[in-house]
Order: sequence, then structure tokens, then C-alpha cells
Amino acid sequence: MKVVVPSQLRGYTGGAKEVDAAGGTLRAVLADLDRQFPGFRFRVIDEQDRVRPHILIFVGGERCEDVAAAVPDGAEVFIAGALSGG
Amino acid sequence: MPHQLYIATRKGIWIASSTDRKKWSLWGPKFLGQQCHHVVLDPRDRKTLLCASRQWHLGPTVFRSLDGGATWKEAATPPQFPKGDVRERAVDHVFWLTPGHATQPGVWYCGTSPKGLFRSDDHGVTWTPIAGFNDHPEQHKWVGSDKDQTPDGGKLHSIIVDTVDPKRLYLSMSGGGTFTSPDGGESWKPLNSGVAMDFAPPKTDGSEYEYGHDPHCMVQHPAHPDRFWQQNHCGFYRLDRPSEKWQRVGKNMPAEIGDIGFGVVPHPREADTAWVFPMDGGGDWPRTPIHGKPAVYMTRDGGTSWKRCDEGMPQEQAWWTVKRQAMCADAGTPVGVYFGTTSGEVWGSTDEAASFSCLFRHLPHVFAVTYGEPA
Repeated sequence: MKVVVPSQLRGYTGGAKEVDAAGGTLRAVLADLDRQFPGFRFRVIDEQDRVRPHILIFVGGERCEDVAAAVPDGAEVFIAGALSGG
Repeated sequence: MPHQLYIATRKGIWIASSTDRKKWSLWGPKFLGQQCHHVVLDPRDRKTLLCASRQWHLGPTVFRSLDGGATWKEAATPPQFPKGDVRERAVDHVFWLTPGHATQPGVWYCGTSPKGLFRSDDHGVTWTPIAGFNDHPEQHKWVGSDKDQTPDGGKLHSIIVDTVDPKRLYLSMSGGGTFTSPDGGESWKPLNSGVAMDFAPPKTDGSEYEYGHDPHCMVQHPAHPDRFWQQNHCGFYRLDRPSEKWQRVGKNMPAEIGDIGFGVVPHPREADTAWVFPMDGGGDWPRTPIHGKPAVYMTRDGGTSWKRCDEGMPQEQAWWTVKRQAMCADAGTPVGVYFGTTSGEVWGSTDEAASFSCLFRHLPHVFAVTYGEPA
């Protein structure tokens, strides 16, 4: 599926705004992203598998806070830097 | 040999370089937009630079440079608590970096918020938690509750590897107090006797609190390893091993100045000489220069007497703060003393604080200024 990458994370993707990843859950998608772009996962979720406080993840347009959530075939994963902080 | 100041700020890092300590050039920024709490040059190889960084959205990590800051690589395993930690701790930011003992190249320690102690054995590439401290059965009591933390989270700082015994470690916590380990971090005991704790009532039996204090910065003298200095939320102290009791030598500061501050810098050679930057710890605790008149204070007799050093500094209406990592010294003769301010200025003296000049201004809020002499 397509993963939309925010500016804060493009240092890991070689500047790419969109990348492809595979996985049936958000955890699996992040694991695949980390394989492709080492270090990516830890910048999105912490060591207790919580989405970082100022990161937003949308799966198929819906906000998602649970790494165990299913990612349906064809759904877009949209990662954003939250507005928190102004 | 070049002199360098590593300036870590709320919005990135800068490196200042000089060959004569008079003319300085500024390089940077790097990590623009990231909160960088500490940048330290490894004094063992004089090549490795580590930077503790927190990107607002992406959280904490450590970066390493082997080419004077031109290029940086992120730690392969940044400091992090074990997955499934029973207290569900996650590192919010890496606050403090300490190179290991001279006989242990590649070893580094770091302190985090929430309070955790971590070690690297490979020059900062991978980090592992020190379970003897982080998971000590009493640790949750030592670190206290949310009311015992600094505003942006509690800090573990002032990690000291005894220059005499590499297994002897010290650390301080805001709040929580100072602790020491004789065995490389496996076991710990408090080291707070003699330190005031004005924010708690006296114990009814007259005894001292063992922990819960608020040390702001602690240093071991680089040339006289039994001499320690501590700037605390409640005064300024000296400890001379083998004693385990701190003496409040800050009581000898002028009463109108007091002995509250963040940083302390020892002279590189003279045991009895140190510099502090007193701040207003009265009323609402503004943590600013007293009456808006900044000054370094220096002792040359172990804290028995103090001299005001403010030549070259603003004489009024200066309200910035100097944070705990933002003051340092070089090893020159005479010694250079440097500090950075929350208003983005870096000041320096090349005459042991007799006079200061502003080296740089208009930087972001300065968190740390450290000194190094790269190879």
C-alpha cells in the first residue's frame, strides 16, 4: 500500500513523500518501513508501541492509535506531524 | 590546537571555533528545529562527537559524528526502556551525555527524561539500559512523582565516572537526589547527607532525608578526584572524599545573592577554584540574574569566600538564565570560562572570569555549552 510520509520523516526515506510498504496490520507496515528505512519505526512509535504524542497516523482516512489495527488491502497509510506546538 | 565550543540549543546545534580564544567563528546550524540538550566531544579520541537530540514529532535519539560535525549518523539503537517495561516508561528526551573512563574507549553513558541511565559500549551506536539503576526496586521512590520533576520532565544528569575507579559511578536527578554505585551501576546508594531540602518539612525525628533532593549539577574535579562540587536547588555544596557529607559552602556567598543556580565549573587544575552563576531563587523563582544584573561568582579557597565577576556583562536589565549544561571551562592558562544563555547569547572569558565578552548573540535558547579540543 501507499504510505504518505511527513516532512519530518523524509530524512529516512531519501526525501520521498510517498513510499510503498506491505503488511496486514499497522505494526507489520511499520516493521516493513523500518526494514526499508532503518530507524523509521522508532520515530513514529515509542518502545512501548505507543504512537508518539505528536504523530498522527491515518489508515484509510481514519485516525489510528493502535499498532495492532488491521490495514485493509489498498488502504492508504497517512503519517502526519501533529499541529501540537503551534 | 583548535578550541571549540559545542553549543546545543532548543533549535539545533552550532560549533564555535578559535585558534587563539579571542576570535571565534561560528558553524551551523545542524539539526535545525530539533531540541538538542547536549553535544560532547569524546576527550579520549578527540574525534567522536555525540549529540542528544529530540525532534518534537519524532522523539529522542542520539547522533554521532566522526568528522567534526560535518556529517552525522543516528544511533542504530537509541536509548530506550525495555519493551513491556512494567512502569510503561518511554524515553522522552536524552538529556545528558558522559564519556566513559579514559581506560574504556567507546564507552558512553547517558541520562534521560523520564529518569533513566543507559550505556553504550560502541561509541554511541547502540545503547542499553542499566537495569541496576532503572529497575532498582526503590527507583520509583527515588525519582518521585510528577510533582518532583522539572517542568518539561524529570532529568537524570551529572553522570560521573570516577577518574580513579572506572567502576565507581555517580549521578544526580532533578528531583531525586544524588546516588553512587561502586560496581559499574549494578548497585546504588544515596549520597545526599548534608544537603538541604527546603521543599519538604523537617523529619520529626530530626534525621535527614535520604533522597528526594534536587541537585542541579554535580562535578568531580578533573585533577583532584576527591573534590566534588554540587549546585543544588537548595544551595551550593562541596564534598571531599572519603567524607560522604556535603558542606554548604554557598552559605558564604553574599546574602543578597544567595547560592541558588544551575551550573558549576571547576578549575582544571586548582582544587579550590570554581565558578557558579547565581540566580534568583526567591519569590516566584524567576531563575534570572539577581536584580537583572548577571554575574559569575568565583571562589579560590574552596568556597570560603566568593568574588563577583561581572566585568563586560550588562549592568542592568538582563534577565536570562544560564542552564546547568551551559557553563564550561577550557584548560588554558589562564583558564577560559564560557556560558550560554536562554536568550541565545554565548559569553566567554580568557582571564579566569576577570572579564567577559559576548561571543555570539541571536542564537536560540541555549541548553548546553561544552568545550573541546579536537584532534
